[in-house]
Amino acid sequence: MLDHLEFKAPEPKVIAGAKSDWELVIGLEVHAQVASKAKLFSGASTTFGAEPNSNVAFVDAAMPGMLPVINEFCVAQAVRTGLGLKAEINLTSAFDRKNYFYPDLPQGYQISQLYHPIVGEGEIIVDMGPGVARRVRIERIHLEQDAGKSIHDMDPHMSFVDLNRTGVALMEIVSRPDIRGPEEAAAYVGKLRQILRYLGTCDGNMQNGNLRADVNVSICQPGAYEKYQETGDFSHLGTRCEIKNMNSMRFIQQAIEYEARRQIAIVEDGGEVVQETRLYDPDKGETRSMRSKEEAHDYRYFPCPDLLPLEIEQAWVDDIAATMPELPDEKKARFVKELGLSEYDASVLTAEVENADYFEAVVAEAGDGKLAANWVINELFGRLKKDDRAITDSPVNPAQLGAIIKLIKSDKISGKIGKDLFEIVYTEGGDPEKIVEERGMIQVTDTGAIEAAVDEVIAANPEQVEKAKANPKLAGWFVGQVIKASGGKANPKAVNEIVAQKLGL
Amino acid sequence: MSIDIDTARKVAHLARIRVPEEHLPELAQELSNILTFMEQLNEVDVEGVEPMTSVTPMRLKRRVDEVTDGGYQDKILKNAPDAREGFFAVPKVVE
Repeated sequence: MLDHLEFKAPEPKVIAGAKSDWELVIGLEVHAQVASKAKLFSGASTTFGAEPNSNVAFVDAAMPGMLPVINEFCVAQAVRTGLGLKAEINLTSAFDRKNYFYPDLPQGYQISQLYHPIVGEGEIIVDMGPGVARRVRIERIHLEQDAGKSIHDMDPHMSFVDLNRTGVALMEIVSRPDIRGPEEAAAYVGKLRQILRYLGTCDGNMQNGNLRADVNVSICQPGAYEKYQETGDFSHLGTRCEIKNMNSMRFIQQAIEYEARRQIAIVEDGGEVVQETRLYDPDKGETRSMRSKEEAHDYRYFPCPDLLPLEIEQAWVDDIAATMPELPDEKKARFVKELGLSEYDASVLTAEVENADYFEAVVAEAGDGKLAANWVINELFGRLKKDDRAITDSPVNPAQLGAIIKLIKSDKISGKIGKDLFEIVYTEGGDPEKIVEERGMIQVTDTGAIEAAVDEVIAANPEQVEKAKANPKLAGWFVGQVIKASGGKANPKAVNEIVAQKLGL
Repeated sequence: MSIDIDTARKVAHLARIRVPEEHLPELAQELSNILTFMEQLNEVDVEGVEPMTSVTPMRLKRRVDEVTDGGYQDKILKNAPDAREGFFAVPKVVE
């Protein structure tokens, strides 16, 4: 089966400078916290928001004589992520030390995988609207330790350090410079987050810092990027700057936009962009150089002597592969091809895995994909949004919504009554079929009863009858009166026909 | 390979080891001697030989994903020169 829908590449973003047009070239390094109970090399908990320095084992605090022991589940999660990005899995990988000094890094080095990462090349299809998507190549994914947390605003003279996050497993997911605009960069992070959440390898919580990105931005003249693509020669591209530690998709877009304009101004002024690390200040809407730290960025990587190479078996990888869920692209393609949904609706329903699961349960009950999609997207999502509720907290379960849709589909109730019924089930709960019967909401399709009602309205309104005979459009008034008299239960189609027939139209 | 005085100064700084300027020539010479000694290994032809990572046939030891450690803030902070409200307190680090 096709694992994604056909698409064409979006146009790159073009920014008009004072002298010429410019294009952007963007690559991202995303740090995703591995969803695990314990840390990468210790048995301390990864729970967020614990008492400071309580989720810390001696090895995390770098006490003398302590040795790291790898958490096998974290390795499995990295492999699972690699498989989800259609990447090659390296059966042998190894850990290196990245050396630097900072108060929240008690070891004086971070254990990472520079030379032999666990996952190699893969790809992500970044959707930019129906039929348009960017294929972004993934260069590698490696496992590494997170650092602790420094708090600078609790005391005027001291910084406070909490090591709870120290040693938590991160996956660093590195893209190729295939992203061509701020919106694409944000969409890339969104798509990666969606895949990680489908896989269950990272919770994607950006607010807590469980997913954050370093963004590399450079500018080039139109046509230069294509030359880079043909030759693989980076000299066709401009000098890049790295914007560190972004944890909001909106800020990622703003920072790239600002950074591109800053670089354009420098180059058009005859200057040169200096390769450096920058920080984005969302209050001022600008990026700032972190040059003070540049000098220290000589990490003197070397293989970690505490850890043997990480060797995994193909059979173990195959076992993980056998438990892979259906991923967003495949699910979306199936919703379009098998259930007949529009690509837009399929995107909405597959955005979050919980939504997709709910929708599929409704379809299983109702047996009509399109109708189920309309109800889930328009009625259910709308109603939940009004109450600020999550789908996992919906008062209407998929079986109930499926039953409502079945009642409409079988003409037992009209669509309008269906909405009333939905509201009743939403607020009071209960079995939709029983509610319909107990409260007399079943649609009247009995032509005899409708005919009698039409006769009554015609007899009571002779003037309207004359007008309608002259102007057939006015027949709608009779239809409305009859449906109103029936309390909304009369089948509109049947009423239409009978009114037309009785008025001789 | 020889280490010059500037390299010795840089390496000392990166390692946060204070070396007085007058000791740098001696340190550079010692580091050069160590590297020269090790460079003798380059004479051995290792073409096609797998790197040996352990002298015993060992596999990297693994742990299961269970919380088995931590929960002793007092012990973690015990040797800290300064600790407040459960945090290590260190001289202000400005970004």
